[in-house]
Amino acid sequence: MTAASLELAAEGGRTLHSAIDADSPLSIQGMTVSYGEKPAVFSVDAAFPRESMAAIIGPNGAGKSTLLKAVLGIIPTLSGKVSVFGEPVEKARRRIAYVPQRASVDWDFPTRVIDVVMMGLYRELGLLHFETRRHRDMACDCLERVGMANFAHRQIGQLSGGQQQRVFLARALAQDADLYLLDEPFAGVDATTEKAIIHVLKGLKEENRTVVCVHHDLATVTEYFDRVLLINVRKVADGPVDTTFTAENLQTTYGGRLATAQIDQLQLSLA
Amino acid sequence: MGHEFVQLSLTPLLIGILAAIACALPGNFLILRRQALIGDAISHVVLPGIVVAFLITGAVSTWPMMLGAAGAAVIAVILIETIKRLGRIEPGAAMGVVFTAMFGAGVLLLEQSDTSNVHLDVEHALYGNLESLIWLSAEGWHSIMDRTALAGLPPELPRMAVVTAIIAALTLLFWRPLKISTFDEGFASAVGIPTGVLSFALVVAAAVAAVAAFDAVGSIIVIAMFICPPAAARLMTNRLETQIWWSVAFATLSATLGYIFAGHGPLWFGGTNAVSAAGMIATVSGAILALACLFAPHRSRTGAPREG
Repeated sequence: MTAASLELAAEGGRTLHSAIDADSPLSIQGMTVSYGEKPAVFSVDAAFPRESMAAIIGPNGAGKSTLLKAVLGIIPTLSGKVSVFGEPVEKARRRIAYVPQRASVDWDFPTRVIDVVMMGLYRELGLLHFETRRHRDMACDCLERVGMANFAHRQIGQLSGGQQQRVFLARALAQDADLYLLDEPFAGVDATTEKAIIHVLKGLKEENRTVVCVHHDLATVTEYFDRVLLINVRKVADGPVDTTFTAENLQTTYGGRLATAQIDQLQLSLA
Repeated sequence: MGHEFVQLSLTPLLIGILAAIACALPGNFLILRRQALIGDAISHVVLPGIVVAFLITGAVSTWPMMLGAAGAAVIAVILIETIKRLGRIEPGAAMGVVFTAMFGAGVLLLEQSDTSNVHLDVEHALYGNLESLIWLSAEGWHSIMDRTALAGLPPELPRMAVVTAIIAALTLLFWRPLKISTFDEGFASAVGIPTGVLSFALVVAAAVAAVAAFDAVGSIIVIAMFICPPAAARLMTNRLETQIWWSVAFATLSATLGYIFAGHGPLWFGGTNAVSAAGMIATVSGAILALACLFAPHRSRTGAPREG
């Protein structure tokens, strides 16, 4: 679908179904993933528009991280179609940056902060290109952006949890992608780190990039994000925060696990 | 250090060093991936493969044995995966069951088959025949340039040299993806590195090193060299690039000192006979690891903030 026909469809007042937004940074159709017999993610459709900052929200075990990994092809899926800027993921890998959960790696690994950030340049360096001064400067710039420039030559095990998370973000910045997928970037980090990360992510959005975070802290959703995808194995809702992040949708997503009192604390206007 | 050294000690020493390096290189990655046991498993499961290859061809020749060993390794991997899935037990236990059972089967096969006229028995399987890999046709250092003398080199030397060179070249070529996927497999897949293929290739490289080394120096060295030099090297540095060089240095040191101690050590202490070079090399590598644990600069990473 061309840009012109998209506009026509929009002018016609018809709602555009996610699936027909061909150039969407990320569109997912019918994604189903299963570990063993029980599905972890069941038939999820979602689309994330350009220049948005979206949160994937749901209770523990709702399949948030699994959805992200399935999108990237890291884990096998039962069914589902993913398109990134209108292309299959395999063709769009250089436009995607991924920040896995901090706890998913061994931080005792013998490597320095700067070496981890350089991993983000893999698509550029490939197998055999030598790392040049330019590459090191790029990596240092990325560390600067997350406030970790002074730690470049530290062993990664010497960092605090929040500093490790910022190094991971710096590596993703080195990928210079158009779509950023982050798995719980705010989990277990200090206040300084949380501020630094949100500042960087908002900067990415202003540079016309798209950010999607698996997020667990309901209290910060309205402050940080402009879109949400609520899932609990199945999709509950997705859309702009104002209309989608509602008490009813949260109640449906979290079931009995989220007390009504907690939802009240979020002071959401009922849509 | 003249004629006698070249004839009797040069080739076993070189073979020992090459075998140690060939195992230590993939060992670095296996340890960081918490798969150190795989090296151990492979060096055991190749025994039945080699015996079966011998029974079929009736000769101890390289290629059938390599194929037999490779076949056994593949069967072992399938068995381990099957036991893991069907038995729902942890990978370490599945591996332990498979490699001891297959090694046991290899020992039984070996006893039941007529191998009296060839170099194939349980002792050789365990600690090889390094001391017997001498270069009879050598008459001194000048023989290195002498074609006829070179023709008399034990075939294990060029074979081990080729395997070591290939493993070193592959390590260099795939350095970047190996490092990234060992550190962070999810990220590696996300940037398009075929992590499954790579981790399979690593196990295959380890298997090739194990089979080649097994033939020359026995399974004790193989197990020791997969684990001890890389583990000691890890304690010397906090960079993988530097760790690899340390592991090569430790492997070389273990093989050299081990060989010298095995030949001369007992004499220093008033003994009369030399001891097994393979056993001594493994012992020395263990001693190096112990010293590294006690004195190496990066043996503990305490005092650093962890959370917060």
